[in-house]
Amino acid sequence: MADLTYTELQRIEKRAKVSGTVGKTVTYFLLTLWGLIVLFPFYWMLLTSIKSYSSYNSEYVPKFIATHPTTQNYVDAFTTVNLGRYFFNTVVFTVLTTAVMMVVTVLAAFAFSRLKFRGKSITFAIFLSLMMIPNELVVITNYVTITNWNMRNTFQGLILPSVASVFYIYLLKENFEQIPEELYKAAKVDGTSDLKYLLKVMIPISKPTIITILILKVIECWNSYVWPRLVTDNEAYYLVSNGIQEIRENGFGRENIPAMMAAVVVISVPLVVLFLIFHKKIMEGVSRGGTKG
Amino acid sequence: MKKLSSLKGWLYLLPAILFLGFFMVYPLIDVVMYSFEEGYNFASQSHFGYGLYNFKYVLHDPYFLQAVKNTFIIVIITVPLSTGIALLISLGLNSIKPLKELYQTVYFLPYVTNTLAVGLVFMILFKKTAYSEGLVNLLLNSLGMSSVDFIDGPYWAKIFVMCFYTIWVVMPFKILILTSALAGVKKDYYNAARVDGTSKCRIFYKITLPMISPMIFYLVITGFIGAFKAYADEVAIFGTNLNAAGMNTIVGYVYDMLYGNSGGYPSYASAASLILFAIVFTITVINLLISKKNVQY
Amino acid sequence: MKVILKNLTKKFPNRNKKIKEDVVAVDNFDFEIPDGKLIGLLGPSGCGKSTTLNMISGLEKPTSGRIFFGDDDVTDLPAEHRGVGLVFQNYALYPHLTVRQNIIFPLQNLKGDKKMTMDAMNAKADEVAKLVQIGEYMDRRPSELSGGQQQRVAIARALVKTPRVLLLDEPLSNLDARLRLQTREEIKRIQRETGVTTIFVTHDQEEAMSISDMIVVMKDGRLMQMDKPQTVYDDPKNFFVAKFLGTPAINTFDGEVKSEKLYLGDSAVLNVPGVKDGPVYVGIRPEGFIPDENGPMECDLSAVEVMGRDTSIVSTHPAMTVVAIRSIILSENRPDATGNKVRFSLKPYKVLLFDKTTEERIYFDIK
Repeated sequence: MADLTYTELQRIEKRAKVSGTVGKTVTYFLLTLWGLIVLFPFYWMLLTSIKSYSSYNSEYVPKFIATHPTTQNYVDAFTTVNLGRYFFNTVVFTVLTTAVMMVVTVLAAFAFSRLKFRGKSITFAIFLSLMMIPNELVVITNYVTITNWNMRNTFQGLILPSVASVFYIYLLKENFEQIPEELYKAAKVDGTSDLKYLLKVMIPISKPTIITILILKVIECWNSYVWPRLVTDNEAYYLVSNGIQEIRENGFGRENIPAMMAAVVVISVPLVVLFLIFHKKIMEGVSRGGTKG
Repeated sequence: MKKLSSLKGWLYLLPAILFLGFFMVYPLIDVVMYSFEEGYNFASQSHFGYGLYNFKYVLHDPYFLQAVKNTFIIVIITVPLSTGIALLISLGLNSIKPLKELYQTVYFLPYVTNTLAVGLVFMILFKKTAYSEGLVNLLLNSLGMSSVDFIDGPYWAKIFVMCFYTIWVVMPFKILILTSALAGVKKDYYNAARVDGTSKCRIFYKITLPMISPMIFYLVITGFIGAFKAYADEVAIFGTNLNAAGMNTIVGYVYDMLYGNSGGYPSYASAASLILFAIVFTITVINLLISKKNVQY
Repeated sequence: MKVILKNLTKKFPNRNKKIKEDVVAVDNFDFEIPDGKLIGLLGPSGCGKSTTLNMISGLEKPTSGRIFFGDDDVTDLPAEHRGVGLVFQNYALYPHLTVRQNIIFPLQNLKGDKKMTMDAMNAKADEVAKLVQIGEYMDRRPSELSGGQQQRVAIARALVKTPRVLLLDEPLSNLDARLRLQTREEIKRIQRETGVTTIFVTHDQEEAMSISDMIVVMKDGRLMQMDKPQTVYDDPKNFFVAKFLGTPAINTFDGEVKSEKLYLGDSAVLNVPGVKDGPVYVGIRPEGFIPDENGPMECDLSAVEVMGRDTSIVSTHPAMTVVAIRSIILSENRPDATGNKVRFSLKPYKVLLFDKTTEERIYFDIK
C-alpha cells in the first residue's frame, strides 16, 4: 500500500470522482422515474376531471393538457349521483368510529399498562393472539350478526364492528408503559383518581402516539371498502369507496369518464390534504407502528 | 382493596372486551362452526349435520380454483418484486441528501389514497376502448409494439396490470420501512469498512444487507400475508364482478359466497376463508423458519 | 511511517444557519510525528482532535493543507486506499460476524497480487489475536464480549493489515475506571511490540501523560504544544497547557511583577530576574509549595486533608483565581494545623508566569 506511485494515486482519485458523479446521476434519474410513476395517475386524475365530456371522448390520442378546462364534471359529480351523501356518510362514519375506538383503546391500554388486576397477563396474551385473526374471517359472522340485528343500512351497523382493533391497543399500551411509573405513584400519593391521572397526565404525554393512532384509523376508515360494501345496499348509506364502485358500474361511470374522475378527485382530496399538512407525523407514525408490528 | 382495584381494571377493559368479544372472538368460533356445518340454509338457519362437505365443495369449485391460481400468481410476482424495488429505491434515497424529503413524501402518497379511486385511474390508463387506445397502449405503439387491452383482453395482460398496480400500492410502506432501517445502520460501520478498503459492493452484501435483514424479512412475511388477502385492489381495477373478468381472488370468492350473486352461503364462505387462513399460516411459518436461519443479527 | 500535517485546516458550515461564517474545527495545524512512536492527541471536547484524526484517516477531507505519510502526499487519497488502521470510540465491530470474521474482514479486501488465501488470513488473524490476547474468543460474537474485550478485537482488526499508521479515537473513554488503567498499558505494550506509528485521541490528560512518547495539546483547532509528557508538564508554553495538565490542577493567580519581584497581592513571593514589570498570570503547581513559618507567602488555611503518603493543604489567598489553593506535600513534612494561617515558600521551577495578553510563557532565570 505504501508503494503506490504518484500517477497511480492520481488515477485512483480521478476514478473515485467520476464514479461518484455518474452514480449520483443514475440514482437521481431512477428516483425521479419512480416519482413520476407515482405521481402520474394523480395528474391524469386531475387532468381528466377538467376535460369536458365531449372533448375527452373525441381524443383518440389522449392529450396531456386540457385545452378547454371545465368544472362541469364536478357539478355533475355532485348532482347526477349522490356524491355529497357518500361524503357525508364517510365523514360521520370516520369521526364516530375513530372517536369510539379512541375511548376503547385508551381505556384498555391504561388498564394493561398501569392497573393491577387478576388475570392481566393472560388476558393480554389472548388479546395479542387475536391480532392473528384475519379480517376476512370475522367479516362473515359479523355480516350475519348485523343482519340478524337488523342493522343493515344503518350507521351502527357500519361502525360497531369497525371499532375493534387489538393493534392500536398494543401500540398505545407500549407507549404508556414507557412513561415512568413513578409519576403514577406520585399522583396516587397526591390522591389523584385513576381516571384523572389518565386524562391529565398520560394522554398529554402520549400525544404523538395518540395522534398517530388517530391518523392511521382515519385513513383506514376513509378508505374502507369491504365492510361497507357488505352491509349496505341502500345507496343512502354508501361510503365514498363503495359509492365510487356504484357510480362506476351503475352510474355515469360507464360513459362519463371525466365526471367519474371528478368524483375520484373529490374523495381523494381530504386525505391528500391531510397528508400534505401532516406528512412528517404520518410517516413517522406509520414507521413506528410498522416496526413495532 | 385488591378486589376493588381488580374490579377497576376489568371495568376499564370492559369496552374493549365487549367489542373484541362480539366482533372477533365470537365470529372466529362461529366461522369454524359454519365451515363444518353441512348443507346450511340461510333462510331457515338449519343444517344437516357436521362434516367436511363444505370444504370438499369449495375445493372442487372451479371459481375457487381460478381464484387460488390468480392469488398465487399475484403473490409470487408482487412480493419479491416489490420488496426488491423498494430496497433499490431506499438505497438510492439513502445515498442522496438534497431533495430526499421531497422524494420520500411523494413516494408515500399512495398510502393515504383510496385504492378504489386510484384503481379507476389505472383502469382508464390501461383500457382500450372504442374511442381510444388508451395511454399505455399509445406508449407501446410508439415503441413499436401492438396494442393490448389490459382490462378486457388476454389473461396475461390482466395479470400484468394487476401486479403492476399491486406493487404500486404496496411500495410506500415498504420504502418507508426500508429507509428507516437503512438510516438505523450506524455510520461507524461504514467508516470502519471504508478505512479497511472495502469495495462498495462488498459493503452492501456484507454489512448493509445483514444489518437490515430483519426488516427485509418482516416485509416479506407481511407482504405474503397481505398479498394473499388481495381483493380491494382487484375490484378497483376490474370492477365488482371479478369472476366475469376471471380475476377473482380467494377473498373475493369468500365474499361472493357470502353476498354476491350466488351468495347466502356462509358455510362455503367460512370453509373458503379457513382454507385461506391455513394457506397463509403455513406460508408464514415457512417464512419464519427461513428467517430464523438467515437473520444472523 | 512518519506522519506530517502541513497547514491543515478544516472548516464546517455553521449549524446555526443565521451565522454566515464557517466553524473552524482545525486551524492551520502543523506537526510532524516521527516514525514508530505513540502520540497522544490531547485536548478538551470540541478542540478539533477527532476531526484531525478523521482527516488523517481519510474519512474527512481537509479544507486546505496537506497530509503526508512518509514522503507520500496522501491528502487526496480516499480512506479506502490509505492503509490506515482506525479504532473507533464505539469499536464498530460488525455484530453479525464472529470475532475471527471481524478480524479477517480487512484482509478479504486485498486485491491482485496482495490477495491472501484463507489459511494465510486465518494465520494472520491468530497472530494478531495473540498479540492483543483475544485468542480464546475467536468464535464468539461481539455482543457476547465485555467492553474491554471488544476493544481488543477492534485493535486486532485495525492491526491485521499491518497499517502504516494506527489511529485510536478515545480508546479508553467507554471503559470503567479499573479497566482503563489496564487497557492503557496494553495499548503501550502493543505499540511497542508492533512498532507502528500510533496516534490516539483523548481528553484525559492523565491517560495521555502516562503512555505517550509525545503529547500534542490542542485547543480550538490549534496546536498548543508538542513535547514529551514530562516537558509539557514541567515546561508548558502557554497558560492553557499549564492549566490543562496536572492532577490536581495548577493553582492560578493574578500577579504583578515589580522590580523583578513577583507580587501576589501585597507580598513579594519570589524573585524573578529578567522579567519586565507588569501584570501576569501565575500558575503554581501543587507540589511547588513548601510549608515555611518564615515563608513569603501567607494564605488563609481552609483544611488539611490527609491522603496517606501525601497531605493536601487547602487554603485561600486574595490573588488566587481558582476556588481554592491545593498544595500537596509529603505527610512527613506537614505543618501543625494550628491557627487559620499558613505560610509557604515556593519552589522557583514550579512557579510559571504567563503574559496577560498573549498567555505565552514568560521565562525567568532560576538560580
